[in-house]
Amino acid sequence: MPSLHLIIQSAVSGLLLGGLYGLIGLGLGLSWGFLGQINLAHFAFVFLCAYLNYQLSTSFSMNPWWALLILPPIFFVIGASINALIRRFKMTPFNSMLLTFGLTVIIDALIQWIWTADFRKLDYPMSEAKWEFFGIYLPYAESVGFILSVASATIVYLVMNKTDIGKAIRAAAQDPQIATAYGINQKLLSMCLSGTCTALAAVAGICMSAIFTLNPSQLYSWIGVVFAVVMLGGLGSAFGPILAGMLIGVSESITMVFFAPSWAPIVSFTLLIGLLLLRPDKI
Amino acid sequence: MKSLSNKPYLALSVFALVLVVLPWTGISAFWLSLFYLILYWSVLTLSWNIFSGYCGYFSFGHGAFFGIGIYTVAYMCGQRDFEFMPMLFLAGLIAGLAGVLLGAIVFRVKRVRGELFALLTLAVTFIISTIVLNTPIDGGPGVYLNSVQIPRLTPNVPGSFYAMMLALCIFTLIISKYISDSKLGAALFAIHDDEDAAEVMGVPTFRTKLIALFISACLAGVAGAVHAVFVSYVTANEVFSINVPLFVVLMSILGGARHWAGPAVGAVFITALQYVFTLGDHALMGKMALGFILILVILFKPEGFMGRIAHLRSKRSAKRIGELYGVGLKDPEIDKPTHFHVAHQHAHQNGHDVQHLSQSPPISTQRPEVLLKAVDLCMSFSGLKVLQNLSLEIHRGEILGLLGPNGSGKSTFINVVSGHYRANSGQLLFNASDLTLLKAHFVAQRGISRTYQIPRPFANLTVLENTRLVAAYARGVSLSMATPLAIEALEKVGLASKLDLLPSELNLHQRKFLEFARALSAKPKLLMLDEVLSGLTPSEIQSAINLILSIKAQGTTILFVEHVMSAVMALVDRVAVINHGQLLAIGNPQVVMRNPEVIKAYLGVKPQHA
Repeated sequence: MPSLHLIIQSAVSGLLLGGLYGLIGLGLGLSWGFLGQINLAHFAFVFLCAYLNYQLSTSFSMNPWWALLILPPIFFVIGASINALIRRFKMTPFNSMLLTFGLTVIIDALIQWIWTADFRKLDYPMSEAKWEFFGIYLPYAESVGFILSVASATIVYLVMNKTDIGKAIRAAAQDPQIATAYGINQKLLSMCLSGTCTALAAVAGICMSAIFTLNPSQLYSWIGVVFAVVMLGGLGSAFGPILAGMLIGVSESITMVFFAPSWAPIVSFTLLIGLLLLRPDKI
Repeated sequence: MKSLSNKPYLALSVFALVLVVLPWTGISAFWLSLFYLILYWSVLTLSWNIFSGYCGYFSFGHGAFFGIGIYTVAYMCGQRDFEFMPMLFLAGLIAGLAGVLLGAIVFRVKRVRGELFALLTLAVTFIISTIVLNTPIDGGPGVYLNSVQIPRLTPNVPGSFYAMMLALCIFTLIISKYISDSKLGAALFAIHDDEDAAEVMGVPTFRTKLIALFISACLAGVAGAVHAVFVSYVTANEVFSINVPLFVVLMSILGGARHWAGPAVGAVFITALQYVFTLGDHALMGKMALGFILILVILFKPEGFMGRIAHLRSKRSAKRIGELYGVGLKDPEIDKPTHFHVAHQHAHQNGHDVQHLSQSPPISTQRPEVLLKAVDLCMSFSGLKVLQNLSLEIHRGEILGLLGPNGSGKSTFINVVSGHYRANSGQLLFNASDLTLLKAHFVAQRGISRTYQIPRPFANLTVLENTRLVAAYARGVSLSMATPLAIEALEKVGLASKLDLLPSELNLHQRKFLEFARALSAKPKLLMLDEVLSGLTPSEIQSAINLILSIKAQGTTILFVEHVMSAVMALVDRVAVINHGQLLAIGNPQVVMRNPEVIKAYLGVKPQHA
């Protein structure tokens, strides 16, 4: 039986990591729920951004968080253009998934080509810093990432529920043609939303570069967990993915404490399949 | 017929013969291994396609079945020293059962289709991978299989692997072709296009999907078993990597998922391409090229290399069957009254029913025989009550008009009777047997057919295939026995000359008549027509009315939902009017339409003002 202290420490780490799961799931779920586009390339963008930030921060030896001002706008444009492409060819959700799968393969190969398959760790003054509360450690980078996740979810929630733009997006998702008939520029909104999702991927990528040692092969291992997060949290929900992410993160780290780290991947899928069996209408 | 199809098969046989004798020609082990890889990917892709390609449930879990095959051999032969050949079959069996188990869980949830299914199957791969990694099956370090003895089929070891995979590949190709031409294949293609409609028309969708998934997983398991010994060292991370599902989907889409040989074409192309890049030490470039190819194919040729060929193939076969049955190739005027001689023939066959009909006036004074009886049906969608204690009787041989304002529950009633929805409470009796809890395909097989208000033909099947499929499943006969039924139904509605067309090549009224033909080919006892006349021109309406009358003359009972009042009054024996899911009135049309309640429901004015 592991000590209580260890369990609490793991739960806290899982909670912080779960925030990042949620942040990645947020962008994925928004585009899935409101646009019917399953952007598998979302993961590739997260990794691409992480590597770009690694490069920026090491080349110009700047604080990795400054990239928050540079990279998300660039990725916004990338996301909007992909959306335009998918709309141009009137793609079904499934074909959009295959298209972005192809994109993922290309970006993956690109990353391996430029940065090789070696492990990369961003080194900056605060990279190993941590705060201590009652013997529980809060690592600096993870905590900043968690705060960013919650902040992103809050902003998305406020925009979606309190502004006209948010209402227009939700209307357009329910019935694009009627929404267009009532004067909503659905095309522009859809491009902006796609761009926002990719920009969120960029934010997640920056967090990832600040927290983890990067390796291209990890790209695919995130797909399963994050999709579980999105499905548990609800498509297009703002806080759902963050909460689901925290739930999965905590369950994973508790599993690691009680069993072995290699059992962790099974947790999210067991939760997902359990949900599917018990509450099929909730997915 | 023979001269048409013999040539390609002759060429194929010669090609297969060359492949079979290859190991004895002294060809180098290097080439044999390359050919082995091509065959190996062909088997994986073809087997994936038998389920996912044919019925459109894209599985990213093929790697799991393949991995189960690999680890069955790795564990039984590598760690337990069992003989190799029996384990080959065991591997296929375990993989197949895993497929059935997965399907039985996942297919129960109606919402798990398309992308959700794809992601779930991906998740299953990760789960199995984690289990293998953490149990003695692998345990982490991987399993060596160098000592496993494989049967010596050819002079050298690579030749033996090649020969085993070649045999498996030919076997898989035969199964793939056989299924694509079979009744099972027709059902899979129908599920691909419109699963709900297929179920309502008599296709047991759940069982069909399970059978296909079992075959698909079995073949993948056997391929994995052979491959385990070929690579001779397996690790969980390699086996369950994203590569298998990725490549299999890519190859199948590239080759054309609707053609039985399409996936193999894609597999040959991609494996050769990958090989060229790896040979030139540009593996990363090869990967990028793959990504680009996938994107280009999705954008510009979503049906793949062989997609057009598959369509032409089914069109040709439809035409051939048409010629065989002597269907005129010239278009008959369908606007003219329909073929009464056909109706007449049937009047003789079903003489009993017709006699009963001709003796009874529209409103019978005798006690009419009840065909369908609905008792206290209730149905609500998240709180909205669509049917409220609806009780209704349909008499044998009559046309009952079902009227009511929009949203009154007419279509829901049809959906409940056909088994698409299950009523929350109440009972449905058909021919005195209980339908209430039956699945939709059983209802269809009992003799209840329906048409859809907005036609829902299977978009990638020809007119003939659309009709024949319904006849075969609703009547429970083979495809070849269903063909004359289908032709007869198509002749009746005047579409026989168009039997090789796809639904997209028909206009609206022809598509509505295709709905008719599908329902008729099932020779139903009760036919439910959901607004068949809406959107038709007056002359088209006239030909539809004639058609309905001739169907009635055969003794078929008809439930007629319609807004075109002139047609209703001309056709029906009785009308029932419902509003807010409750029965307002039923009986003689003239009387019912003067009922103050009915007028109020339609016009919203109080009776005393009217």
